[in-house]
This record gives sequence, structure tokens and C-alpha cells, in this order.
Amino acid sequence: MNDYTKYLASRVTAGGLSRREFMGRAMAAGITLAVADKLFTESAEAAEPKRGGHLKLGLEGGAATDSKDPAKFLSQFMFCVGRCWGDMLVESDPLTGAAVPALAESWEPSKDAVTWTFKIRKGVKFHDGKELTIDDVVATLKRHTDKKSESGALGVLGSIKEIKADGGNLVLTLSEGNADMPLLLSDYHLVIQPNGGVDDPLASIGTGPYKLTSFEPGVRATFEKNKDDWRSDRGYVDSIEIIGMNDATARIAALSSGQVHYINRVDPKTVNLLKRAPNVEILSTAGRGHYVFIMHCDKAPFDNNDLRLALKYAMDRETMVQKILGGYGKVGNDFPINATYALFPEGIEQRVYDPDKAAFHYKKSGHSGSVLLRTSEVAFPGAVDAAVLYQESCKKAGIEIEVKREPGDGYWTNVWNVQPFSTSYWGGRPTQDQMYSTAYLSTADWNDTKFKRPDFDKLLLQARSELDEAKRKDMYRTMAMMVRDEGGVILPMFNDFVNASTKQVKGYVHDIGNDMSNGYVATRVWLDA
Amino acid sequence: MTNPAPSNILPGLRLRQRFPLLALILERFVLSIILLFAVSILIFGGLEALPGDFATTYLGQSATPQAVANIRQDLGLDRPVTTRYVEWLGNAVQGDFGTSWASKNSVSEQIGKRLGNSLFLAGFAAVISVPLAVGLGMFSVHFRNRMPDKIINVISLAAISLPEFFIGYLLILFFAVKFGIATFPATVYDSMGFAERLKAIALPTATLVLVVLAHMMRMTRAAILSVMSSAYMETAELKGLSAFRAIVKHAAPNALAPIINVVALNLAYLVVGVVVVEVVFVYPGMGQYMVDAVTVRDMPVVQACGLIFAAVYIFLNMIADILAIIANPRLRHPR
Repeated sequence: MNDYTKYLASRVTAGGLSRREFMGRAMAAGITLAVADKLFTESAEAAEPKRGGHLKLGLEGGAATDSKDPAKFLSQFMFCVGRCWGDMLVESDPLTGAAVPALAESWEPSKDAVTWTFKIRKGVKFHDGKELTIDDVVATLKRHTDKKSESGALGVLGSIKEIKADGGNLVLTLSEGNADMPLLLSDYHLVIQPNGGVDDPLASIGTGPYKLTSFEPGVRATFEKNKDDWRSDRGYVDSIEIIGMNDATARIAALSSGQVHYINRVDPKTVNLLKRAPNVEILSTAGRGHYVFIMHCDKAPFDNNDLRLALKYAMDRETMVQKILGGYGKVGNDFPINATYALFPEGIEQRVYDPDKAAFHYKKSGHSGSVLLRTSEVAFPGAVDAAVLYQESCKKAGIEIEVKREPGDGYWTNVWNVQPFSTSYWGGRPTQDQMYSTAYLSTADWNDTKFKRPDFDKLLLQARSELDEAKRKDMYRTMAMMVRDEGGVILPMFNDFVNASTKQVKGYVHDIGNDMSNGYVATRVWLDA
Repeated sequence: MTNPAPSNILPGLRLRQRFPLLALILERFVLSIILLFAVSILIFGGLEALPGDFATTYLGQSATPQAVANIRQDLGLDRPVTTRYVEWLGNAVQGDFGTSWASKNSVSEQIGKRLGNSLFLAGFAAVISVPLAVGLGMFSVHFRNRMPDKIINVISLAAISLPEFFIGYLLILFFAVKFGIATFPATVYDSMGFAERLKAIALPTATLVLVVLAHMMRMTRAAILSVMSSAYMETAELKGLSAFRAIVKHAAPNALAPIINVVALNLAYLVVGVVVVEVVFVYPGMGQYMVDAVTVRDMPVVQACGLIFAAVYIFLNMIADILAIIANPRLRHPR
């Protein structure tokens, strides 16, 4: 069983895929009818979710500084906590990444994708018994789009010009067309709260499957089941306990001794050791996060496209995935999009390690002497090792790289986005548009490669408001080619999300949206006694 | 002519002559306050000099210039350093450390909880390790250069050479993962009963005891041995006292000063130096609180932790000095 069918099977198990859909997809992936049939039956048998039990998660990323205000959710810990008690208007499909209804039942764009009308679900109750109204929805979005807001979603929602209620519907008017608007509302900060959380942002009252019963920042959060949940296909366990564990060894020890059922952030270096524990299952999900080597296109010597190409050809991507990610990842192709995105441009040739081509372009660039690469362990796990590996693969192409290890403290302020050649990490974004808008648009604040191309910008804006998917896909292809062949990013790999659970945990959904089953892990799994 | 007029003596000097002990204690106390004040300047200045600031670090890659500017203005970071320092110190003296920038919770309230946890763990470790260390020290002096002494020496040397996280991991591996008899993680929380709490901290306590035991024990041993070589110990021996009685009655009291010192130092370590142990055992104490705050540059929290850590160190050292002075009357009259 390859990753994809395993994945399909887990979707069946989670109840998210019908027999017809499953057979279609499995056979498209080259599986014979008989095997697919057997696989479906097995997965469907495992699909009967059991209710009850106390689920314990040990998560990295909690801190004493965490805030209960959804606008300020930042850590992995709060991401998961928020998904337990709150709902957004829209969710993303775990398999395709497309927008699917949550508190918004359906939506309709205007022809230019400037005005969006969302129909809000009726009969949904908050934890305090109050019914969800359109006013709560409007107030929530207003709070997050306020220019004075400290919300983490402020940047995502920047193009919203007007938010108003029209009968039972929510009407959003944008400053420019955006075909991805529904997906943007699935951002984990945008938890719908009573009166938008204006009265008490820290109350943690939502419409989610669990009620928060206790919370100590950086230590622990506990939940009990919300008996009035509006959905029946989630929230299988009776109670949840999320414990903050920032030490990797502590997480592994807690999992292998059975003290917790699930841990996140398993270090690729130790994953093979953890695999040997009898009761442990490794859960690896393809993600959008990627590790990058960033060259500033506007600074010498990186303002020379031949030098940039030389450095791209000198990257041994396969070795990187094997050595740095322990195999838990996919090779990159020098543009920040992979197959987990909707409208992924297929058929672009994979760039491979080619010392001869690298040497050719290097010679053509006319550059001589060494190239200074700055790195630090905080850029991504194993960044220093990756830099040294790269130094070796460049050597074979006759390019000399000088690796400078920078202190982790202040790396994001003093090196990333400041120095012309450095290592970095991107977490990925819900849509291609957002990924490009955040890091490749000429005017973007985080345009860390200083890639400035008016034709690229124009295409990006065009694609944003294009509702015809085929046309849009084509535009994204052209953009990907521009970044790949002329951009300043060397993108050797996309990292998988590597988590682990005990074998009692069933129904885990490998969600391409984000880590930890897109944060929904606690609400989607059940415990097998 | 022979007696100097009393009016010529400074009042402070007079106090010192009449109540030498009290004067010394007062002096140490005032000195501690000054030291704490100096430390507060260092903490504040040091944090100002750190690269990176709260707004950008906290928002990370999701930071937009607008959000960053909002936060800076909100926190009053645009005001001059001196103004902020004076304000902070003024409030801190009254026990108010402000609110955390990140979580908007009261720092004093949170520290109350965290410090309580740290003191609980440290106190428990101290209750076990101090008597054990002093007892073992005397024991090994009694058997000096014989088998028990050598065994204790080797074990304590081994324990002192292993880093605490390693000891911690070993204990976790054996007692939590392999045998499954100890509780792990050692997370404690509000609604936990006392017995449950004790069970939860068993492993971190054991780690801490192993880490500090050797230091205190070896110091006790060395101090007593150095006293043993003095003439009055020979006298004690000659007048027929049993070896054990000689150690407890005559040697130990005279070795108290260095022992008190090393005990104080280790107690301070138990409170402020256990960051690694807290992280390994997922124990919500002060160390982890401060580490969390440093990573996002949550200044009010870092400053408060820094100041409290400094206060604990200074206070324990002061107590050690005073106890040493009481234990050894010669120290009261500096020559």
C-alpha cells in the first residue's frame, strides 16, 4: 500500500469518503479492483467510531505566554486548543484542500469575485446556550479586520472592505476580486465567538465539539464534550487533556510509556528509534511547509540569474530529503507550491542535481571567489547540517560556499530578509495565491528573495479574481515557471508533518491543510479500548 | 586624656561595638538591597540590548507592519528607556510586575503559581538531600579511606559528572518507560491533590537530589577533614572520645561555615537553576516560565523572573553569611 492509498483508506476509516469515491480514486492511482474492494471493506470496518474515553495529547509549542484570545493564537498548542472549542465559517477538505461548509452552509460569489454572500447555519448553539446569530459572525470578522487589531488573521483579511448582514446572510465586499475568499475564512484565528468576542475575548466560548474546562498557559488544557454539538461526525471522546511538552525526548518518553495517546513534532533523527516501540504508530502527512535557501535577487552577486541557476543546479535535493528529513518529505522544485495545493501546476520538469550544468552557469555568470551562506539552527531543524551538505554538493560543481553559523537569537530580525543569502523556513499557506502574495509579490513585506517582476504581479492579481479554474491553473503554471527559473529561492524540500500516536488511536485523518490533522486531531480521532 | 571622648565616635561605629552581630546583619542586609538594585539595572539594560523585539518575535511570519506598529504603540515601547525603567521598578517594589505582553495576564499572579511550584519541588529536594548529604559526609569521614568512603566517593563523583538532563532521561527510561512505576510527565496543576502531587514530582526530585547531593556531601567531608587535622581534635582523641562523638561534637560545629555556604548555594540552585530539569520533566515552574518568555521577548515576565531569581540568590547567600557568623564567633570581630 503506498502513501496515497493508505491515505484514502484512512479517509474511509474517518468516514469522509464514500465507496464510490474511494474506488474511483484508488483505481486512478493504479490499484486493481479486487485489492481496492478489499481495502475499502477493511477500512470501512475499522470506520465504526467508538465513543467515550479520555484522550491525552502531548504537544510541543505551548508557552506560558499563550493567550486564550483566538486573535492571538500563535503556537501549535493554541492552534489545537482553538480547534477543539471553536468553529470557523469554512473548513478545508482534508484531502483536496478545497473549501467545505462549516458554520457557513453555502456561499456565492459575484461574477468578478468581489462580493461574496455566505449563508449562515441555523440552530447552532454556543457553549453558553445562546444561539449563533449573524450578528456574532459580523462582530467576529469586524474584530479581526479592525486596523487596530492585533489579530494574526489581519494580513489574510486585508482585502475585506465591508462586512455586513443581509437578512440571515453575511455579505463581504472586497477591494479586489478574490476567488479564494471562502478558504481564507478557514484561518484558525477566525473562531466565531458570541458578539465576536468583543466583550470577553478570553472566554473561550464557541460552537465547537468540546468545552474548555481548565487552562493553564504552557502547562495544560482540559475539555469536556459539548453535548449540544451541531455535528455528529466528530467529537468521539468524552474528554480531552492537552499537555504542553516542549522537550522532544519528554514527548517520546510520554508516548512510549503510554502516558499520552498522541504527540506532535517527532524529530526525523529519532523517528526510526520510536518506530521500534511496539505500541506506537508514526503518522506522517505530506505538508506545504518548505525549507528554503534564499538569495536576494537585487543584491550582488545574486542579481545575476546565471549565478542563481548555478546555485539551484548545485543543490542535491534527494540527499537533502534523505539526510535532513530522514526521508519524511518530498523534493522541491524551486517554487513554493506542491501537489497538496488545489490547482497545482502539473507537468513541470523536476530540477535535479547537475554539477555540469551548475558549473556551466557559474562560469557564464562570471563570478569568482566564495559565496557566503548564513544559517542557524533556528532556520529549520538541521539547517546547519543542510548548509554543510550543500557546501559539499557545490564543491563538486566548482562553486565554493562559505557557511557562516549565526546565533539563533535574533536570526529572524538580523539575518532573514536582511542578508543576501540565508536559510529559512516557510509554513505554507492555504492557497497558492496567499503563498505568492506573502512572499513573491513585489510589494509583499515578506518578499524575502526580493523577487520583483511587474509581469508576475499582474498575473497574480489576475489569477486572484479568476473564477474559471482551468484558466486559473494555467496562470499559476506560468507563475511557477517564473519563480523556478528566475526567482531567488532554492527550494530543496517540502517537509512532512511527522507525528505519532499509540495504536489505540483510530480514525486519524491525514489532512494536507496543516499539521496535527489541521489542528483537528482531538476532535476527529477515537480511542479503541 | 586616656579615654577618648564618646562624642568622637561615629554613631555607626558605636552601634557596631555594642551589638556587633546586629550591626553585621544590618550591614549585610543593606548591601543585599543595593546589590538587588544594581541587578535590576543590569536586567533591564541587558534586555533592552537584546536583538529582536517583542512585536516581531511574537507575531513571527504572520506579522504585518500594521500589526507590529499596533503592538508597539499599545505597549508604550516608543517611550524612553529611563521612563520605563523607573516606572517598572516603582511598581516592582510594590510587588506589581505588570501584565504579560503576550497573554495579558498579571505577571505577579502567574509568578505566584509558578514560584510556588518551583519552591515545592526545590523544598522537597532540599528536605531529602541536605540531611542525606551532611549525614553521608560525616559517615564517609568516619570511614575515611576505607571501603564505604571510597564507594560513596565514586558514586558521588559519577553523579556530579553526569549532566542533569542525562540523569533525568535515565530515570524516565527506567522508572517510567521500562517499569512503568513512576508518573511521567511531572505536570502539576491547580486541582491536583497533595498526594498526587508528591507522586508526580518523584522523578524530578530524585534527579535534583542526585545532582546536588555529591557537591554538598564532598564539601561536608572536606570541611570536617580539615578540622580533624587541627590540634584540638587530637586532644579530643587523646582524652578518649569515641571517633564518632569527636566528629559530631567537636569537628562538625567548627566545619559549619563552609557547609552552610555550600548548602545555601545548592538551595539557590534548586530554585533558580533547574530550568533543564523542569523542561525534561514538563514541570511548570519558574524556569520554564522564563524560557517561554525569553523566546517571545515578553519583557515584563523576563524582568520579573530575573529579579526574583537574583533576590533568591542574594537572600540565600545573605542567610548563609549570617548563619556562618553566628556559628563562628570569630567572624564577628574583623581584625
